[in-house]
Amino acid sequence: MSMRTVNFTINGEAKSVQAESRQLLVHCIRETLGLTGTHVGCETSHCGACTIHLDGEPVKSCTMFAVQAEGKSLTTVEGLAIGGTLNPVQEGFWEEHGLQCGFCTPGMMMTATALLRTVNEPTETEIREAISGNLCRCTGYVNIVKAIQYAQRKMHATPAPEAVLQGGD
Amino acid sequence: MIPASFEYVVAHSLEETVGLLAKHGSDAKILSGGMSLIPAMKLRLAQPVFIVDVNGVSGLEYIREEHGELRIGAMTREAALERSSLVKHGYPILFETAKVIADPLVRNRATIGGNLAHADPANDHPATMLALGATIVAHGPNGDRLIPIDEFFPSFFASALEPDEVLTEIRIPAPSVRSGGAYIKFERKVGDYAIAAVAVNLTLDDHDTCIAARIGLTNVTDVPARATSAEASLVGHRITEQAIADASRLAAHESDPKSDLRGSAEYKRDLVRVLAGRAIGRAVSRARGGSH
Repeated sequence: MSMRTVNFTINGEAKSVQAESRQLLVHCIRETLGLTGTHVGCETSHCGACTIHLDGEPVKSCTMFAVQAEGKSLTTVEGLAIGGTLNPVQEGFWEEHGLQCGFCTPGMMMTATALLRTVNEPTETEIREAISGNLCRCTGYVNIVKAIQYAQRKMHATPAPEAVLQGGD
Repeated sequence: MIPASFEYVVAHSLEETVGLLAKHGSDAKILSGGMSLIPAMKLRLAQPVFIVDVNGVSGLEYIREEHGELRIGAMTREAALERSSLVKHGYPILFETAKVIADPLVRNRATIGGNLAHADPANDHPATMLALGATIVAHGPNGDRLIPIDEFFPSFFASALEPDEVLTEIRIPAPSVRSGGAYIKFERKVGDYAIAAVAVNLTLDDHDTCIAARIGLTNVTDVPARATSAEASLVGHRITEQAIADASRLAAHESDPKSDLRGSAEYKRDLVRVLAGRAIGRAVSRARGGSH
């Protein structure tokens, strides 16, 4: 079993970890780095519970090897809140009851945060399309969509939305 | 769901990639987006000894028109195809194809080259590239080799790539006047493979007679295949409702679906008939200058 050194930035912190080539990125994040906010759901690239940002884009961390993160910038759900202040998406899930069991929530919030950074005013259809790779078995998605719309309104009500949605870079 | 052990190397050039492939032969596998390979490795359906990660090779992500062709770099992500206004407005069939592959998160990683090189008859690009009459560019020890898409899928889950070749580019002929295409996929849910899907690309003359037609089928044949008798039934004729119905029946007849959890063979074959009819109709509308 040959181990490799892998260097990347996660939630703004430079890390150097040892990883076997076959280790999935999600296992590196959870087990090596102890960041257990990123969940392992289906392990078959379907459910999206393991969604993180890779250089700002939402991807499924169960479908990448840790060694592929070399030189990349990663963000996990732990990187969304800044200084204990929830980002607008997190606040939206809180205010609109966007979760029940909470298992899909980290992935949902990573996808939603990326969506609102690239699309200013997504329609409900665009929101539903954006989260179509994140499965929720509790809510029926209604309150998740409301939570994302809450975040969108909150960002637009603030003079400098870029400053508000700083998590997830 | 842990893959078997393997040796991992990041290649930084095509020459390095080809050298590694030549050295390791069929033990080696190329990792591009990894959206088919990694799930297969987790299920141990694939157990490559040696992985060549081509994400380190620069210059393979582009979408541009040149020499009367649309040229797409093999490492172009599906999400980039979806976002390209050139693709959306100039090649709506390709936009429709990229848009229905897996889900948005997967499309941020998945590449068009990987989708084709995997040679899975359930993948979406093969049917569309068959309809578009694309050419595959393979890079090997002796440089580039052009492979017509009709020769690219020789047998089950096999491509025409040699073990020491890497797919670098897809070339699609620029649309001729009064041509149009469409890809229509029917799936149980987002992220699933097609129960069936049909790609159509056709050209009309000034009198609305069809002068060229190509039809590709997804997930209803052992290898990605065209519905050639359906194509032949359209060419030389005005595309009437009756002509569409006849061609659709021929396409269904040419399909060879298997019964599985997505439906019975009979159901899928009839689905091919329905989807072919819709796709021909939409392609005709586009050829006549309609946007739909």
